[in-house]
Amino acid sequence: MTPRQRRVTLVVGILVGVSAAVALAVRAMNENVMFFFDPTQVASGEAPIDKRFRLGGMVRPGTVVREPGALEMSFVVTDFQKDVPVKYSGIVPDLFRENQGVVAHGRLGADGTFVADEILAKHDENYMPPEVARAIKEKHGGVMPVNPDVRSVPRT
Amino acid sequence: MDWTWFHKFGSPPHVYRLAGLLTPWFAWPAALLILGALYGGLVLAPPDYQQGDGFRIIYVHAPSAWLAVMIYAVMATAAGVGLIWRMKVAHAVAASCAGVGAWFTVVSLLTGMLWGKPMWGTYWVWDPRLTAQLILFFLYLGYMGLRASIDDTSRADRASAVLALVGVVNLPIIRYSVEWWNSIHQAPSVMKMDRPSMPFDMLAPLLAMLLGFTLYFGAVLLIRLRAEILRRERNASWIREELT
Repeated sequence: MTPRQRRVTLVVGILVGVSAAVALAVRAMNENVMFFFDPTQVASGEAPIDKRFRLGGMVRPGTVVREPGALEMSFVVTDFQKDVPVKYSGIVPDLFRENQGVVAHGRLGADGTFVADEILAKHDENYMPPEVARAIKEKHGGVMPVNPDVRSVPRT
Repeated sequence: MDWTWFHKFGSPPHVYRLAGLLTPWFAWPAALLILGALYGGLVLAPPDYQQGDGFRIIYVHAPSAWLAVMIYAVMATAAGVGLIWRMKVAHAVAASCAGVGAWFTVVSLLTGMLWGKPMWGTYWVWDPRLTAQLILFFLYLGYMGLRASIDDTSRADRASAVLALVGVVNLPIIRYSVEWWNSIHQAPSVMKMDRPSMPFDMLAPLLAMLLGFTLYFGAVLLIRLRAEILRRERNASWIREELT
């Protein structure tokens, strides 16, 4: 091997070696890298039931109930396969609304209700002006679909 | 085939002069594009249906984050070329990239935090995407720190090039973190195979800003490269001729 070929081998070796090491490490820690568990994972027992964990999913439309005059509220988090009821007391972020992503941090109670002490809103990757949102909602019976085609609406 | 033009890139005086000639061709379009994209993004683009005007931070946040990753790729490529072909100019390019990349990473992290507070409800969470981007920042810092700690330039070049190559593994992790794992960060709106998830009047300023930031990086890289070459060749005779 010429010295240059040796250096090429060195560079390729570093890239391959480090990638393999990191891939294995990440695979081993996969569960800890997950920022949240979805309701299906909770139902199948993958989530650490005895510890605090984060539950993520969509807020099922029509399930948000607020106590009048109090901060207590409840709603259902769904991934369209399984549902988990959530209880929370506090202020929710502006983006918290029905059919939007949400990440709740707390504990799963014995009755299957998730008691959250922190609610974060998860924004999706769709951006659109209000009139486009209105038009898409109208086309889908008043609800924003999960993967809307934001460019399907002709702009004036 | 005649490879003279390629081998000329190994010659510091040639690259020094070429970089000086090219700088305005990057700087002026960059300034015009960034100003136009700012006007397009902050004034012309419609507000988002959920985030209102708050979404406009994307026009700084997303291009900075893309540049942070892209500059690292440029830096690692230059470092690899320098390592394999023993090319001093390539090492100089890598060294000139680090500072710019680190600043774009800082901008992406800070603008992300400012957006995260009102939208997610928190400035920071230890989410895979956010953590990987923070690691990118530390990689840049480590690269610069390692260079600064070795006095001999050619040894600093080789040691830091290895570090730059090791860090490449973080780039696909940043890009795919939102797909491999559950993340609070949204999936890509633009940099994906599918159609972009925003209408044209929101998208156009974003792409203009991305191009503007890229050209800005090109201009700053050329200026920094000239300074780096001057520093390295400070005892060479061509510099005395160049500057008199």
